[in-house]
Amino acid sequence: MKLKLKELRKTLYIFATEKTIGFTLISIFLGLVVGAIFLAAAGFNPFQAYWVMLLGVFSKPSYISYTIIRATPLILTGLSIAFAFKTGLFNIGAEGQFIIGSVAATAAGYFLHLPLLIHIPVVIISAVLAAGIWGGIAGYFKAKFGVHEVISTIMLNWIALYFQNFLIYTKGFQKPGGETSYSIQPTANMMILKTWKQSEAGREWLLQHPFWKDLLRTPMNWGFVIAILMAILVWFILNKTALGYRLRAVGFNKFAAEYGGINVNKNMIISMFIAGALAGLAGALQVVGVSHKVTLIAAMEGYGFDGIAVALIANSNALGCILAGLLFGALKYGGTKIQMFPVKAPSEVINIVIGSIVFFISIPKLIKVILTRKNKKEGTK
Amino acid sequence: MIETILSNIALIIGTTLMYSTPLIYTSLGGVLSENSGVINIGLEGMMVIGAFAGAAIGYFVGDPWIAFIGAGIAGGLFGLLHAFACVTFGANQVVSGIAINFLGAGIALFLSRMFFEGATMTKSIPLDNKMPRPLNGVFPDGSLLNIIFDNQYATVYLALLMVLIIWFFMYKTKYGLRLRSVGEHPTAADTLGINVMRIRYLAVIMSGVFAGFGGAAMSLAIVSNFRPTLVSGHGFIALAAMIFGKWKPQGALLACLLFGGAQGLAVFLGQFDFEISTQLISMLPYVITIVVLIGFVGKSAAPSADGIPYEKEHKN
Repeated sequence: MKLKLKELRKTLYIFATEKTIGFTLISIFLGLVVGAIFLAAAGFNPFQAYWVMLLGVFSKPSYISYTIIRATPLILTGLSIAFAFKTGLFNIGAEGQFIIGSVAATAAGYFLHLPLLIHIPVVIISAVLAAGIWGGIAGYFKAKFGVHEVISTIMLNWIALYFQNFLIYTKGFQKPGGETSYSIQPTANMMILKTWKQSEAGREWLLQHPFWKDLLRTPMNWGFVIAILMAILVWFILNKTALGYRLRAVGFNKFAAEYGGINVNKNMIISMFIAGALAGLAGALQVVGVSHKVTLIAAMEGYGFDGIAVALIANSNALGCILAGLLFGALKYGGTKIQMFPVKAPSEVINIVIGSIVFFISIPKLIKVILTRKNKKEGTK
Repeated sequence: MIETILSNIALIIGTTLMYSTPLIYTSLGGVLSENSGVINIGLEGMMVIGAFAGAAIGYFVGDPWIAFIGAGIAGGLFGLLHAFACVTFGANQVVSGIAINFLGAGIALFLSRMFFEGATMTKSIPLDNKMPRPLNGVFPDGSLLNIIFDNQYATVYLALLMVLIIWFFMYKTKYGLRLRSVGEHPTAADTLGINVMRIRYLAVIMSGVFAGFGGAAMSLAIVSNFRPTLVSGHGFIALAAMIFGKWKPQGALLACLLFGGAQGLAVFLGQFDFEISTQLISMLPYVITIVVLIGFVGKSAAPSADGIPYEKEHKN
């Protein structure tokens, strides 16, 4: 029995301390524990709160759909940051690249009049290019002038934010009487079965099929599928192509890469372009799939900053970003449910949970130390 | 004519000082932490918790200085958390800093909802309980000095004083030398009997204290309450200013003044009925910062051991 326990602990040790999914899972669990402690200290029942959250995410098809819709942009901004991390760059600028992407998508979606099947790809490609260039600027500044990408992307975030607000007050783009832009043309709308949902026949059919009715109540769209395809593509580029090899080499050791004949500056710009393109895609999908327009923003919306946490939880693994993004989407969407009756707890506890998860992820040694100590005690007995 | 120009310049200088102050405190915090070898990307979160603590204590206690110190302590606790991860457990410092940002915002809003009947905005502090304005009414009405200093809160002068103190500490005292040696070459410092761990702990905690001051300089002086959008990115701008200022207190001061100056200019231009939109003018500070960085700052070098956890070698 004792031997078995020891072995179990050993397995647990390896499971928890290597950079594996096990370690991530333990960090997530500990993060939820910290959140529970805060809830309990404030006089709420943490079990009830988490149960309500769980129900709020899984108990209805529409809830699951909303969770996925929330997760979609985060998967992509997470990918953007993870990609830059792999090249040794810290892309704080996903926030601004997201904004540029959504602005470009709105512009292309509103001003262009194209047939149905062409319009959406055109909108997405223009957004991706615009945001890619926006990200590439930071890469160029770093390559050419040695400007730290953390500073330039922080500044570019704000410039992007005011640029969007500027456009919203621009005649021709601003919807008269509102602090929003015009909505994109119906041909650029990526919502699933949008026209059918509102048609006579559609409404009748949905009335008889409550499951589908509930599911299609949400702005369900193809964004999630695209995000997953992108994650696979990014994984492929990084791990299976020469470009990915070069980018990773630059991230691993700039000087060695240079010595090996890799053009470091060029690869930095490429990396930031791709990172920007991914964040811009997030913005574009948000516009064509969910919001259909851009509105005045007073402060950063957080898609980029949340993306940093997604990338970190995923350990910068492209496929991990899908899971981390879904976790994040679930926490964020589920978090709104505990604000309501019957729990009525501050939904901000979610940020505490996320912060704690990231915190535990930053210190793999802590778990190591705890487990070693136990092993040692066992040994002295 | 000349008088109008001068008074306009005075006005811009005044707003420059006002906007720079929170950034100065926070970037000083960054200077302390990073010179000891610990990257602190969590300044934003520490600033948020400081801004909340300042506003909440200010509202309930009514004394601005107690509130200011309370904000420093709140920031310092987050610094302690960061130090715990980075110094004791050799954490990835960027990751820990990002965690601090989420925790700072989360805890501040959580507590705000608990103490202010579910609101994420704290109740306003009456003017009498805000930071004092030491030079209010000292200079004659309409004089240039009056335009610059009349409405400046005590936090402004204290920030400038702090730059001087930190500069003196870092370059003229043996403790400052130790701090820098730990950030440049911890192994060598260790060999000379300097306690690397302790110095890093103190430096990171103090960086939290300063970031907390920075937050309170907003919530207790520039405005009179805390709200979710109050800090919104200023911690990151202070971080940028610190890098921009080449990890030195005097450099950080200049970077913060440049940024505040650009913001002051934007506010000044905003009052005219230009054809240019206020949104474009609001971009100015950020554009100017990038232009200046490209123009003449060039590559900046962090302290050699910045970001690298220090571990004593174990004898096995």
